Amino acid sequence: MDIRNIKRLIELVSGSDITEIEIQTGEETIRIQRGQVPTVMMSTSPIAQLSAPSKSPEVPPQSGRFVTSPMVGTFYRAPSPNAKPFVEVGQRVKVGDTLCIIEAMKMLNQIESDQSGVIKSILVENGEPVEYGQSLFAVE
Amino acid sequence: MITKVVIANRGEIALRILRACHEMDIRTVAVHSTADRDLKHVLLADESVCIGPPPANASYLNIPAVISAAEVTDATAIHPGYGFLSENADFAERVEQSGFVFIGPRPDNIRLMGDKVQAILAMKRAGVPTVPGSDGPLGNDDDENLRIAAEVGYPLIIKAAGGGGGRGMRVVHDPAELLNYIALTRAEAASAFSNSTVYLERYLENPRHVEFQVLSDTHGNAIHLGERDCSMQRRHQKVVEESPAPGITTKMRNKIGTRCVQACQEVGYRGAGTFEFLYQDGQFYFIEMNTRVQVEHPVTEMVTGVDIVREQILIASGKTLSYRQEDIVLRGHAIECRVNAEDPERFIPSPGMISAYHPPGGPGIRVDSHLYSGYRVPPYYDSLVGKLIAHGEDRSRAIARMKNALAEIVVEGIKTNVPLHQKILEDKNFEAGGTNIHYLEKMLAESN
Repeated sequence: MDIRNIKRLIELVSGSDITEIEIQTGEETIRIQRGQVPTVMMSTSPIAQLSAPSKSPEVPPQSGRFVTSPMVGTFYRAPSPNAKPFVEVGQRVKVGDTLCIIEAMKMLNQIESDQSGVIKSILVENGEPVEYGQSLFAVE
Repeated sequence: MITKVVIANRGEIALRILRACHEMDIRTVAVHSTADRDLKHVLLADESVCIGPPPANASYLNIPAVISAAEVTDATAIHPGYGFLSENADFAERVEQSGFVFIGPRPDNIRLMGDKVQAILAMKRAGVPTVPGSDGPLGNDDDENLRIAAEVGYPLIIKAAGGGGGRGMRVVHDPAELLNYIALTRAEAASAFSNSTVYLERYLENPRHVEFQVLSDTHGNAIHLGERDCSMQRRHQKVVEESPAPGITTKMRNKIGTRCVQACQEVGYRGAGTFEFLYQDGQFYFIEMNTRVQVEHPVTEMVTGVDIVREQILIASGKTLSYRQEDIVLRGHAIECRVNAEDPERFIPSPGMISAYHPPGGPGIRVDSHLYSGYRVPPYYDSLVGKLIAHGEDRSRAIARMKNALAEIVVEGIKTNVPLHQKILEDKNFEAGGTNIHYLEKMLAESN
């Protein structure tokens, strides 16, 4: 199930009264649960609550902050293919720390955190395309 | 053949491009700002990519974001629509350098026609009639400029070479004002277009705006699709357009159309384009060329049966034109009303939630609009929310059908200029046809 279909499902859910839905296609299962959205957040889209499908199908209700993508491109966790990722889940980061690279038009852009805290989850897979405003990291 | 297109635009034209693509089984990628997630074409597209926040500079005019979106979706081509980046030669160049097809002319021709002075010189070389003028940029020699102006004759108009579309212009009636106005226009041009080059032309006091549509492929073939009359304007913005232009004979059409075709072939033009003329006292005067598909393209499509956006995509795919000149016959008459989200009397923009939308229908009626009930018109972009087009076997039939359509259309939740269109369609001078570019403003002033 690719990320675009998942996004469409989320849009369907958010536009309706459904609070929880579980869909199984073949071997893949996806469960979408509507959680609490803190009023402080800039993005109220429930897309932020979903992690990549192959990681874990279950999405717990989320509070917390998100680092969102400032541009369109391809997301990379590390500065080069064989290098260590910039951050891992559980790592403490502060404002200005480089979290990832987004590549566009053959240029690698280092994306700096605008949040301080601990990386709670990484919402995009290495090598996946991202769009403007898409949530990349959950920080608490 | 192009297989996947990034639609680098929004609103009604993005929907138009999507329809042309899907008709040809071409996949679509809708790039959009955060304010445009619910645009009709975004919801219909095969894929969508959010490229930035609402301001156009950060989204629709953001070249890296648009090209990036093409990269991450493995698109083959980018269609720029009209406005935004459609006439940005740098954008066209970067699109091609990045390995994508730009659905439009070659960057050098966009650049040529974007420089209004160079465009006029190119037209003169091709035998297209132009307005008597300085025939080149004005230099810094005051005496020389006064001499040129005296030769051209007053009243005259100073124009910015980097302008166009009504921007960067100033009319001079009195020779005593000339030098001041040249300086003023230069300063404004430097600020608005980063290009202080200006030129001057005789000012035509009662012209009509008549433009010719052309299509040109990459195999040396070029045709014209007749003309459109777009004289019904307010503050240089077209309000109503029609084809053919009342009073233009087949002979005139062929004569000017052939010159435009020749000009296309001489510069190696590729794609769709429009040659804009002022028409006064039976004479045509070229003012500028638009190197994109235009808002009013539907009236030409209705009278010729040619799908201009489809042809753009085919030409960009390297195909030969689907038509020869002798295949182009103008049948009947078509009128288009631009429906804007604005107060019909004060013209203040009126964004907001569309509580009810019901388009008109019936024979000869075409509606190009992205509106739907429940859609929220955002405040960040221009106010065009739809185009109402009526075709009939002659002009009076088209007018009758348009009046019906204007009476039928329902747009609730926002204000629109539909009442203004109804006024225009009832106007006896409009009915007679052939009103000039000042007519609408005069009509509005008189009714106040």
